[in-house]
Amino acid sequence: MTLTVLYFAWLRERIGEGREEVETDAATPAELVEELRAREERYAVAFQDISALKVAVDQELVGFDAPLAGAKEVAFFPPMTGG
Amino acid sequence: MDIRVQSEPFQPGALLDAFTAGVSGAGAVVSFTGLVRDVDDALEHMVIEHYPGMTERALTKIAQDAQDRWPLSDVLILHRYGELRAEEPIMMVATASRHRKAAFEAADFLMDYLKSRAPFWKNERVAGEDRWVAATEEDEDALKAWETR
Repeated sequence: MTLTVLYFAWLRERIGEGREEVETDAATPAELVEELRAREERYAVAFQDISALKVAVDQELVGFDAPLAGAKEVAFFPPMTGG
Repeated sequence: MDIRVQSEPFQPGALLDAFTAGVSGAGAVVSFTGLVRDVDDALEHMVIEHYPGMTERALTKIAQDAQDRWPLSDVLILHRYGELRAEEPIMMVATASRHRKAAFEAADFLMDYLKSRAPFWKNERVAGEDRWVAATEEDEDALKAWETR
């Protein structure tokens, strides 16, 4: 499947882009992170500690073990600091 | 329910007047306005990044959760993004209810949830250096406190 993958805040800066299309068979965000880490050093650095990150699938906050079946958009970002 | 995500500045007084004029059957209106906090008188500017689409959905969900929890006749959330200067208004919430306690509690709930559940990220430029504002443990603790109430 093709997923739109988004990165925000310092994660976007470390990866060097905010949005990309990714061809993947990952079943969960955690598996997708593993694939990205293996791809290039900048992903390995950015995703070094996923406990410091959050993930949204189709714009809903979920856990890293949530299913990706049928998903179109996955976003990774640090904890939010609104307000 | 009025949810606004915008880069343009806003006038808290004018917004509150309009909100108050539009509510019906309420006996209390509570509002909170957040300002850009200066950092040792040295904040050059703040840039707020957000996730268009998810931001509006998350704010709508937070407002709905507040309406499920308290008898509110109306809710307003406005949050800015983009570049802001020290002491400029960043965001505002307003709640209207028949009684003040529900209006106060709901406004506090909205603030706690939008701090850590709405996809905004603050970046401060201080002395020529850009740095991302870190979330705090107190932010998550505040949510846990609502979950157990």
